[in-house]
Amino acid sequence: MIKVTYIQPDGREATVKARPGDSVMQTALNNNVPGIIAECGGSMACATCHVYVAEAWQTQAGARKDGEEDMLDCAMSEMRDTSRLSCQIKLTEALDGLRVYLPEEQG
Amino acid sequence: MTSGRIVIVGAGQGGLQAAVCLRQEGYLGPITLIGSENHLPYQRPPLSKAYLKTGQADSLRLRPLSFFNDQNITLLLGNAVTNIDPATQQVAHCSGTLVYDHLILAMGTRNLRPDIPGLEHALDLRTLDDAERLRLAMIDAHSVAVIGGGFIGLEFAAVARGLGLQVTVAEAAPRLMARVVSPQMSEHFLKLHRAMGTTIMLNASVSQVNAKGIVACGSTVKADLVVLAAGVRPNTELAQQAGLAIDNGVRTNAHLLTSDPAISAIGDCAAFPDPATGRLVRLESVQATTDHARLIARRLTKGSSDKYTSVPWFWSDQAENKLQIAGFATPGDVAIMRADGAVFCFEGDYLSAVETVNDPRTHMQARQLLVGGARPTRDILDNQGYEISPIQR
Ligand SMILES: Cc1cc2nc3c(=O)[nH]c(=O)nc-3n(C[C@H](O)[C@H](O)[C@H](O)COP(=O)(O)OP(=O)(O)OC[C@H]3O[C@@H](n4cnc5c(N)ncnc54)[C@H](O)[C@@H]3O)c2cc1C
Ligand code: FES
Repeated sequence: MIKVTYIQPDGREATVKARPGDSVMQTALNNNVPGIIAECGGSMACATCHVYVAEAWQTQAGARKDGEEDMLDCAMSEMRDTSRLSCQIKLTEALDGLRVYLPEEQG
Repeated sequence: MTSGRIVIVGAGQGGLQAAVCLRQEGYLGPITLIGSENHLPYQRPPLSKAYLKTGQADSLRLRPLSFFNDQNITLLLGNAVTNIDPATQQVAHCSGTLVYDHLILAMGTRNLRPDIPGLEHALDLRTLDDAERLRLAMIDAHSVAVIGGGFIGLEFAAVARGLGLQVTVAEAAPRLMARVVSPQMSEHFLKLHRAMGTTIMLNASVSQVNAKGIVACGSTVKADLVVLAAGVRPNTELAQQAGLAIDNGVRTNAHLLTSDPAISAIGDCAAFPDPATGRLVRLESVQATTDHARLIARRLTKGSSDKYTSVPWFWSDQAENKLQIAGFATPGDVAIMRADGAVFCFEGDYLSAVETVNDPRTHMQARQLLVGGARPTRDILDNQGYEISPIQR
């Protein structure tokens, strides 16, 4: 079973179960985790699903997709090395235990 | 208002978002979301894109059923509202009546069905049920004719072509997506679709549909499957019967209140003042719908008197091409194409919209440029060679 932990800006954590194949964004919405708006539903058109991937998980989470960086660069909260659009991270067993931090503001 | 009864008519993108935002803003009173469809609220954009290939209805769902229980939102599905009585603040639906302190109208649109003989042979693409019917019909089809060369018709055409079907699009206007993009962008997409092997007929009014295909401009186009994508009409009848002001949609002021102060309207069914020009507009986009929902939730929960000022933005995926529009242009605007293909539209001297294809950076920069109804002049952009960053606010 895949578990993902979402950490709010104030430090509160929520660990939820994910279905393989769902994105980190979809998993948040399915489990009522606040802080991810996901206006475009994963079409990489809105940048309101911004997360910071915990450093230990950066490699497993993979590289940014084409165009992702441009969207992140203009996202509401500051882009960092660990920034990803959570709709572009698909969950597999290899990501069991993934930790992501939510930014202050999404949109 | 922190405890009044809120009733939301329409459990689509806007209705759901209004309920979500109300709870996020801390609204404690009872919320009822009523929808005529039998599905949990879902997103429509993928219906003409990924869904037709995958058939995964799960991933369209905006929130799981547990969300409504957890958030104490009463969800009535398969329940059309049949009457609104502003005098007694009541709505009637198929299985009862509800009293409201505030009513939010999020009824969306329905497909326009022009008066074409034989149109009953054509399939719609508006709801999940429509898309499912279409997806199954495509499995056995070899050829498809699409009535209408707007966003939805072209997105569908791209998917059908990708699945190997023979595709013909008949568009009555002289160019594609004529209502919403510049002539340059229409031309760009005309080339793209033709390069994919799709037959595009322009100035081609469809005069007949039958079991074998369509007749457009006197010539017969054979098709196993005909899809109707000729635009939509806002669902305003209920509001009209209730005596609300209607003007190409349920008319609202800059606070998204209708002519009745106890009723707000959002999304595809609402006609609201464009922050940049003050003109009444009705947008069929996820952005407008969700931003409307947020503004209304802040007003109802926190008493905010903010006006609606969001920058309109839109996207459309057609094969590998992501068209993105920031701002709002009208067909008469002057359009200038930058060397890399980005198109800048001007209403008189003022920037109204920026259109890009597979260029998220310019799109996002344009959104920042237009924040708060700002309208940079053509002179400024001209002097910068239409580069946005140097003049970014
Ligand atoms: C195929 C397709 C592709 C799209 N692609 C894009 C895109 O790429 N980008 C984009 O920005 N936008 C896109 N859109 C538009 C976007 O989906 C809409 O702007 C958005 O759904 C509007 O939300 P809404 O709540 O106003 O209406 P809807 O989501 O349409 O919801 C309205 C709901 O109200 C219900 N209803 C109506 N009358 C009643 C009643 N009397 N009682 C109870 N319920 C009622 C309807 O059944 C419906 O479920 C697309 C739309 C379609 C159909
Ligand atoms: S959900 Fe819109 S970019 Fe990820």
